[in-house]
Amino acid sequence: MVNTSVKLCGEELKNPIIPASGTFGYGREFAGIYDLNCLGSFTLKGTTERPRFGNPRPRIAEGPSGILNSVGLQNPGVDTVIERELPAIAGFFSGKVVANICGFSLGEYVRVAEKFDSCPQVGWLEVNISCPNVHGGGMGFGTTARGAAEVTRAVRRAVKKPVIVKLTPNVTDICEIARACEAEGADGLSLINTVLAMRIDPATRRPVLGSMTGGLSGPAVFPLAVRMVWQVYETVGIPIIGMGGVRSAADVIELMLAGATAVGVGAANLVDPFASRDIVSALPEEMDKFGIENLVDIIGGAHNG
Amino acid sequence: MKQGIFTVIKNEQLAPGVHRLRLEGDTSGVTSPGQFADVLIPGCFLRRPFSVCGAEGGVLTLCVRNTGRGTALLTASSPGARLDILTGLGNGFDLSAAGERPLLMGGGTGSPPLYPLCASLLRLGARPGVALGYPSAEAALYLDEFRSLGIEPEVYTLDGSLGMTGLPTQALRAGGYTSVYACGPLPMLAAIDREADCPVVQLSLEARMGCGFGACMGCTIETKDGPRRVCKDGPVFGKGEVIW
Repeated sequence: MVNTSVKLCGEELKNPIIPASGTFGYGREFAGIYDLNCLGSFTLKGTTERPRFGNPRPRIAEGPSGILNSVGLQNPGVDTVIERELPAIAGFFSGKVVANICGFSLGEYVRVAEKFDSCPQVGWLEVNISCPNVHGGGMGFGTTARGAAEVTRAVRRAVKKPVIVKLTPNVTDICEIARACEAEGADGLSLINTVLAMRIDPATRRPVLGSMTGGLSGPAVFPLAVRMVWQVYETVGIPIIGMGGVRSAADVIELMLAGATAVGVGAANLVDPFASRDIVSALPEEMDKFGIENLVDIIGGAHNG
Repeated sequence: MKQGIFTVIKNEQLAPGVHRLRLEGDTSGVTSPGQFADVLIPGCFLRRPFSVCGAEGGVLTLCVRNTGRGTALLTASSPGARLDILTGLGNGFDLSAAGERPLLMGGGTGSPPLYPLCASLLRLGARPGVALGYPSAEAALYLDEFRSLGIEPEVYTLDGSLGMTGLPTQALRAGGYTSVYACGPLPMLAAIDREADCPVVQLSLEARMGCGFGACMGCTIETKDGPRRVCKDGPVFGKGEVIW
């Protein structure tokens, strides 16, 4: 009997699988087709202070091995999420969820974080400083060490729950940014958010997406995620939620060997609604195959020797 | 929503670029006319959504217009090919308020999905009228299928090569209908929403989708009740709901 449990910032997860923000809504659609209690946790759609419609359509394009999205943080606003979505989640998920916090100013990040901080169902605050699809916020903070440090410091001071900062891969040196977050008290890091990308339609000679560029996710970015998790693990001592193109239990093990404590599943949920559940159920057999008894033992295992 | 493996049993060309695929599998996920299926096409990362044009006796019928790489691959699939398909997606048409004389209006590949709706309305005792529009006679679809139900569709073509010249929305002028059900290009649906003179209007929208089941927010539109997902809250919207 293998042990799949891990500990993320002091909270025990029965397994490291956490559907990633923006690919799982607020859980409702998936709760209708399987019991979400098989998951380690799941991450809420990125939430801002006020409701946001998001970006113009088309918001979706495709690559050879992934999806480009420019949804632009469509969400009903933090108050509605707390009043309507969290009580609904209580009806189908007994564990704690990860709240994904977005903002267009330091003040907004703090206010949204404070509201989620008072919700017992929320176990972790994932601070999204890496959304490539909005201007004046999101990735604007996440592409410099200084911006990342400012947001981390402001949120860390304002809340009690673990603060996990979600990093963008669209930078020259992700380690410098990871270090800045750790120095300001981040309890963990999530990486990677999507990779800034574009498609052009030869028939119209225009970009496919309504907002020109979008974020690429899916198997195309998996090796990039492995490389960045590896580098960040070498740089910081705080736990990492590794994500980016994960679609199998073997991918989960690979990202954990690179240094992830927990693993996000994103685009795979959009193609196969049962993907996260199936990865969870395939994990014990995959561990057996590689002689892994306790999953925690392999975290960062590729760095030894 | 139900996930299943379906086997192509027939692939026939109905008009230039338009194919009808008959797929054998578990169709129990389809609960209402107007729902759609989301097909995983080998060679494409994302699924592709198509209106269901029939789901009876374990055979799923989809009509696919070849508009790009994914649909080119799908329309080239041979009998025996196995496809991973999500069925029972979307709300489907609400048949309860159709009244005695519903008018069914289809544009292009929006016409075939009205066929199972028409059959259901007939079973409920309604006397549907059908108005279908195409660019030309060559592009006309499903006329014999509606005839097999005992309905003679009113046909409109843009070039006048078949039926009346013009758009199917002209059929609204005759009046006398108790409800309108429509599937077709967005400008056609917007015109019907403006012009239909009856309280019950059911418009089946199309949209580029990411997931097809409400998770990604890729197909969100503005409605008078706020943002709505075409895939999950639709694809069928009522009179005056959509902000065009």
